[in-house]
Amino acid sequence: MTGCLELTNVSVSFEAVEVIRELSLAIVQGEFVAVVGPSGCGKTTLLNLVAGFERPSSGSVECHGQVRMVYQEDGLFPWATVTENIALGLRHIGDRRERKRQIGDLLRLIRIEGFEHHYPRQLSGGMRQLVELARALAGGSDVLLMDEPFSALDYLTRLRMRNELARLLSEMPRTAVLVTHDIEEAAQLADRVVVLTQRPARIRHEFTISTPRPREPTDFAVVDAVRRILAELDVESGTEASTK
Amino acid sequence: MKENTNTARALLLPALVAAIFIALWTAIWRAGVFHQSAFPSPLAVVRGFGLEVATGRLLNDSVTSLFRVTCGFLLAVALGIPAGVWMGQKLSARLAFLPMTNFFRNLSPLAWMPFAILWFGVGDAAAMFLIFLSVFFPVVLATMAAVGTIPLVYFHVAQNYGLRRFEKLTRVTLPAIMPQVITTLRVTAGVAWLVDVAAEMIAGRDGLGFAVMDARNGLRTDLLVVEMIVIGIIGVLIDRLLVQLTNVPSVRWGYER
Repeated sequence: MTGCLELTNVSVSFEAVEVIRELSLAIVQGEFVAVVGPSGCGKTTLLNLVAGFERPSSGSVECHGQVRMVYQEDGLFPWATVTENIALGLRHIGDRRERKRQIGDLLRLIRIEGFEHHYPRQLSGGMRQLVELARALAGGSDVLLMDEPFSALDYLTRLRMRNELARLLSEMPRTAVLVTHDIEEAAQLADRVVVLTQRPARIRHEFTISTPRPREPTDFAVVDAVRRILAELDVESGTEASTK
Repeated sequence: MKENTNTARALLLPALVAAIFIALWTAIWRAGVFHQSAFPSPLAVVRGFGLEVATGRLLNDSVTSLFRVTCGFLLAVALGIPAGVWMGQKLSARLAFLPMTNFFRNLSPLAWMPFAILWFGVGDAAAMFLIFLSVFFPVVLATMAAVGTIPLVYFHVAQNYGLRRFEKLTRVTLPAIMPQVITTLRVTAGVAWLVDVAAEMIAGRDGLGFAVMDARNGLRTDLLVVEMIVIGIIGVLIDRLLVQLTNVPSVRWGYER
């Protein structure tokens, strides 16, 4: 089925460094999974596996459908305008008028009409991430991978971007995998939060948050999930180094 | 208001410096510090300028020199950028050619002068050959270095969005290196102009460099200064022309970070 992905007993080593050890994770279509864990534990490697940029040393990665990745910053081509960047996601649409119409729809969806011909450097950090999201969602992609997409933004912008992401996904549902350091962000956005161990990464714990999306950061379910995740990471008792 | 005064200052201050320069020049000439035959007066230079323009020689020499520098420069760029991209992308190509490229980059193109004359005779081809050498190797090295610094993330994006090999080149690699390449073009165009003048002084029968030597041989220091002024002004204009490339919207990102 398109949009579902499955990692089975995946291990990854770069030369002598073992990054991921026998990790299994199945994600169903439309599910939103957040991955949190210590710095450098292999979260980005996990996304690169799903995106096909890297291959596992052993185990299998199965991923059905069109996968698109959103980066922390500078994922947009700086030499291309907002329109040209979004059009990258619509390359397979042969009809020019149809392509133009869809670009217009996406620009309206992320509410940045008037900036069509601006370059990324002329946009705020939040707007850049919105354009990148639009590019990734364009053209009926199936899986949205996000590598700390909001971590370069200030706290209030980050809160707003969470709402924007939730809104975009309600309009254009996708299977989503979000790698983040921000546990509150994970708890607010995801159906399931996967906590990884120190490198080599294995799954340390999974939390399911069954309250339907979208949620507010102050909702009980979110606050409660944050508390549970922090407890799992031993952060509240202060026995382990923070996750950054 | 503030902008107006700044514009006025930007015009007045350089004019003032030029006026002081000419005044000093006149003073040294009047004081007779150097022998009259070795030091022309500003007025003599103005008269010489009129003469050179009237005979059409100044225009001819300028066109000749510009033609040589344009051909040599464009040929070097047209071959240097692909070579640099190739060396930037292929490790084996880099390993094989980098030492040799570095060697020729650091060998003064003027050292080739005797061979240039032996192989191509006196004229356009010899000068173009030297200009080519002075531009080609720096362009190769700068392009190669620029390719090496393209963030991996752009190639991941290209793969994600299904760009094919040729499209990766035209839509990622080339636009990503363009700001650095343009900077290199400005630098090497300046070098090319210097080399052209030097080449024509030795291996020329015409062109501004030859005109300099010709004026010296005829002990016409007034014409010598005329040629020097024109050479300097054309050099500045070449740079002004190339600086326009940095205003292309799709490369501005490279200069504003």
